[in-house]
Amino acid sequence: MNPYTSSGSVATMTANVSGNDKLNDLGDGPRQPGDPERYPVGAVTRRLMGYVRPHRISFTASFVSAAISVILQLYTPILIGEGIDLIVAAGQVDFDALLPLVTKLAIVVVGAAAFQWLQGYCVNRLSYETVRDMRVEASDKLSRMPLSFIDSHAHGDLMSRVVNDVDQVGDGLLQGFTQLFTGVITIVGTLAFMLSINLTMTLVVVLVTPLSIFAAGAIAKLSNKSFTAQQRIQGQLGGHIEEYVGEQKLVDTFACGPNAQQRFDALNAELYTVGERAQFMGSLSNPGTRFINNIIYAVVAVIGCVGVITGVPAALTVGGVQIFLSYANQYTKPFNEVTNVITQIQTAYASARRMFALLDAREQEPDATDAAELAAPKGEVAFEHVDFSYVPDRKLLQDICIEAKPGMRFALVGPTGCGKTTLINLLLRFYDIDAGRIMVDGRSSRDYTRASLRRAFGMVLQDTWLFEGTVAENIAYGCPDATREQVIEAAKRAHAHKFIVQLPGGYDTVIGEDGGTFSQGQKQLLCIARVMLTDPAILLLDEATSSIDTRTELQVQAAFDELMAGRTSFVVAHRLSTIRNADCILVMRDGQIIERGTHDELLVAGGFYAELYRSQFAQ
Amino acid sequence: MIELLRRFGGKFRRCMVIGPACKLIEVIFDLLTPLVIAQMIDKGIAAHDVNAVVHYGMVLAAMAVIGISFTLVCQKMAALTSQGMGTDIRGALYQHINKLSYAELDRFGTPSLITRITNDVNQVQLAVALGVRMLIRWPFLAVGSMVAALAIDLKLGVIFLICTPAIGLVFWVVMARCIPYYKQLQAKLDRIALICREGLSGARVVRAFVREDHERERFAQAADDQANTAIAVGKLSSILNPVTFLVMNLGVCAILWVGGIQVNVGELTQGQVMAFVNYMTQTLTSIVYVANLVVVFTKASASASRINEVLNCVPSIADEGNQPVALPKPGATGNAALAPALSFDHASFSFGAGAANAVNDVTLELPLGKTLGIIGGTGSGKSTLVSLIPRLYDASTGSVSVTGSDVRTWPLDQLRRVVATVPQRASLMSGTIRSNLTWRDESATDEELWAALDMAQASEFVRSKSQGLDAPVEAGGKNFSGGQRQRLTIARALVGSPQVLIMDDSASALDFKTDAALRHAIRERSVRGAAEGGLPLTTVIVSQRVSTVRDADMICVLDHGSVAGLGTHDELYASCLLYREICQSQLRREELEGQQGSATPASAPTAPASVCAKEGC
Repeated sequence: MNPYTSSGSVATMTANVSGNDKLNDLGDGPRQPGDPERYPVGAVTRRLMGYVRPHRISFTASFVSAAISVILQLYTPILIGEGIDLIVAAGQVDFDALLPLVTKLAIVVVGAAAFQWLQGYCVNRLSYETVRDMRVEASDKLSRMPLSFIDSHAHGDLMSRVVNDVDQVGDGLLQGFTQLFTGVITIVGTLAFMLSINLTMTLVVVLVTPLSIFAAGAIAKLSNKSFTAQQRIQGQLGGHIEEYVGEQKLVDTFACGPNAQQRFDALNAELYTVGERAQFMGSLSNPGTRFINNIIYAVVAVIGCVGVITGVPAALTVGGVQIFLSYANQYTKPFNEVTNVITQIQTAYASARRMFALLDAREQEPDATDAAELAAPKGEVAFEHVDFSYVPDRKLLQDICIEAKPGMRFALVGPTGCGKTTLINLLLRFYDIDAGRIMVDGRSSRDYTRASLRRAFGMVLQDTWLFEGTVAENIAYGCPDATREQVIEAAKRAHAHKFIVQLPGGYDTVIGEDGGTFSQGQKQLLCIARVMLTDPAILLLDEATSSIDTRTELQVQAAFDELMAGRTSFVVAHRLSTIRNADCILVMRDGQIIERGTHDELLVAGGFYAELYRSQFAQ
Repeated sequence: MIELLRRFGGKFRRCMVIGPACKLIEVIFDLLTPLVIAQMIDKGIAAHDVNAVVHYGMVLAAMAVIGISFTLVCQKMAALTSQGMGTDIRGALYQHINKLSYAELDRFGTPSLITRITNDVNQVQLAVALGVRMLIRWPFLAVGSMVAALAIDLKLGVIFLICTPAIGLVFWVVMARCIPYYKQLQAKLDRIALICREGLSGARVVRAFVREDHERERFAQAADDQANTAIAVGKLSSILNPVTFLVMNLGVCAILWVGGIQVNVGELTQGQVMAFVNYMTQTLTSIVYVANLVVVFTKASASASRINEVLNCVPSIADEGNQPVALPKPGATGNAALAPALSFDHASFSFGAGAANAVNDVTLELPLGKTLGIIGGTGSGKSTLVSLIPRLYDASTGSVSVTGSDVRTWPLDQLRRVVATVPQRASLMSGTIRSNLTWRDESATDEELWAALDMAQASEFVRSKSQGLDAPVEAGGKNFSGGQRQRLTIARALVGSPQVLIMDDSASALDFKTDAALRHAIRERSVRGAAEGGLPLTTVIVSQRVSTVRDADMICVLDHGSVAGLGTHDELYASCLLYREICQSQLRREELEGQQGSATPASAPTAPASVCAKEGC
């Protein structure tokens, strides 16, 4: 096989693209989510409200029902308290008043439950539908981004914006906001209800409850530090495990397990120390607040009961004491919840910023309004003094001139990184050239719509791409309307039919993620069949370098030959046969075509190609 | 879970008793609180006795203080137990994974092992902590409230007997129906991620075929599908809170009404009715927590069984009791009396009972200092065959020997130091170049390292780094190119003077010149090693390229695990059909014949030595 080529064409295509223009920079690494200055809180909120607008009924309903439900829930302790006051002692129970009161309580309770349910339902609907809308928009956006953008950003990062960040926004902002809203209503409502009963007791509750909030805050602060330390060590340990257990076979082969174990044990011991501390500190917050609440409970009970007896500091009934006891319990809860929700909302804002940064990235230039359709292409291609570079200050292709008559076969040959695969990028207008022209059927390729231009080409890359679906669907990818007969015909011509019919499900076999269990060669045959079916005028092929077993390789070769018959083709060539059969070999080096001609001509010329050829194929 | 507790809990037995015992005290106080308030009302208010009220208030405060003190002890015990056990389990797991051989690693799969040692251990750790802290608290509080209520008044207690199971039932029904949904939801989210990933990795293909609209549609459908499921789950799970609130407060209604009747006839006091109401609230909270605990423990027990599965797995390859093997004396090189460096004797191997043999009845002998080339298509068993040599797998039948001793009689450490492997996938670990090179020999000097780098054709780029041998290596060797990584892994194998070098398709990313120079350097080293009184280096090269193996002393052609041909390039080209086919697919027929024809007639192939000389190696 050919040693002066690289493996993984896409990898080489992308490796060169690192410095991209500022406008398309998402403006953050993994550590710095979104630029708060570019997206101030107000702007983010306004934009998010834009997503909510189509669901404003759910939105309004959720807030209204939240308010109603909270108020009704807060009203129940009062009714219960009043009820208790009606049950004084033997013979002193006012049943005439008790019956309507219990009925009223039951109605309030049913109402509160109903609205609580409605609120939950609306928030769910609202957040999931909004999440879906955002997700679809983000994904659409990606499909409109230029390839330079997709090549220069880690796919994991882009995916996490579409998948995780959007979720984060849904959870944090929408659910968080309703929680915040309920929390605030609960606090305000409790205050109002307490005031309506007794001012002094209200003051007592309001003055003592902050204790519990302070306690929770103090504990959180203490434990946060330990948690950070724990996370750090856990990250290190996780990294070690990921690396060493991930390569366990290698570790075995080199019998160096004991060394790895030593490092692991050290980290593990460290994790114990910080983990134990963090866990203890963290576990203090519940009992801590519970303790403070118990004290508050005692204080409220004593003051309340004294009030019942003496009328000082407040004239209360027994039922009144019960009301204040339950409010004292309830009043502190929303404070702790609100603190939690606020951190959640903060992360959600960061996620929203990251998502908006993606949505605001500059898209590829749309087709010109007067762009022509390339119909019935003949297959005439010409490069006229084409210059191109991925990065402004690093020239890649310089002054490329190629003239291809319909049906001509070109082999591209040269060392890694010389720009062979870049030609494919340019022909399909994945990237736009810096200078010169690329002519297709006598017109600049820029004058055509991208869609019609691309339909004129068929492309088989080394990195085969199959999607999750059946074999037939994958073959028919370029012509979704193809009949089963056409698909089978294409597969036969691509020498893929034989192995497809041997599959358990034949043409309906589902291909798993990443092409599932197919061998590299089989995947390539499927990709060839796919192009075969679209019957393009011009072919762009990237021969695979390795990983194909002998027999499949023979088939792939035959399929390639069948495919190229009668079409203009550009092949990034690795096989001698392809090179020898080419009408013209383009020898590339450092972004320039340094030699061109047929195999025999170039051998006679005795230049770079001859040297390459001798070092590889001749003995 | 129980098994794990038995295995790792012994050390923490005391903590696991003291912790919950302390918690119990807090729980009892919590249960007493409504009763104390009832007393406060009935004794204090009824008798207009402020002192009594204050007295009971003090009791409440004292109970709170004592409660928190005991709880602190409990929390500490919980932290000690859970973190201690987690650390021990993690350590034991890691140690055990290090002992597992390839067969077991294949069975589990590395991603699964990583999950087990990280997530699963954390899950168990969490369950242990919660177990110590809460397993006593919430069930006891739930049951205790009910018992206390029944103790005060049987008639009113009946309300509890109805409400508590009712709430429990609601939880059970809703959760049982939600959990399968959650799995579905995760699967649907995974699908969204998959389509997104496909769209990114296939951006070129999608655009080349002008199918952007189709992809957009596909994504929108998946997103819609996920949203619909999420909304359906939401509908179900949003029932939970309102229904518990409803049941509890309808219970309170009943308490007020029945309580009124009981108080009226003098069976109950006002304070006791209040206590009932408070117990009701407490029961409810407890049930919510119990439900959470059930979820945590279900998850943890699944994790625990995954951990146990690993810990209980007996490594299939062990070297207990094996005595170090004496290496052949170097002085006696070149004579036939020496045992072959490598021999396979009817060796077969299959990945599992019933599976076809991946290596089938292979017999061959390779003398010291010679080179064996192994060639064959993907899946023909090349890598499996060579992995029998350092005993990464054990032959199912037959035997494999290194320097005349069956590999099963070697101590594994020694065997794997004598046999060095360059694996197919060139991976490095984070650290420095030095830390990656000294895997086989921790005490290797700089000189030795540079010598290995020289041989592996890697010294040039290492020298160009300002930190040289101490240049940092990122995880997976990401900061090196594929070819550089490959050369570093070759150097890694050469450090520590191996006697047998296995290169498993490990020059694929090298260009022809480097590949040739590398083979030349290794051959020279073998000869020099012998000349300097050491053992010559025996080499095994696995490849799919004819050009890489053609000048080996012996080539073994594998087809579906069986030897299809054994001999030199020319012998095989003449006699082995498969080998000829491979050659033809890689070098066109006319090319081969033309090239050979120029040296000698096609029917009389060139001697390998002369081919080698022509290549200049």
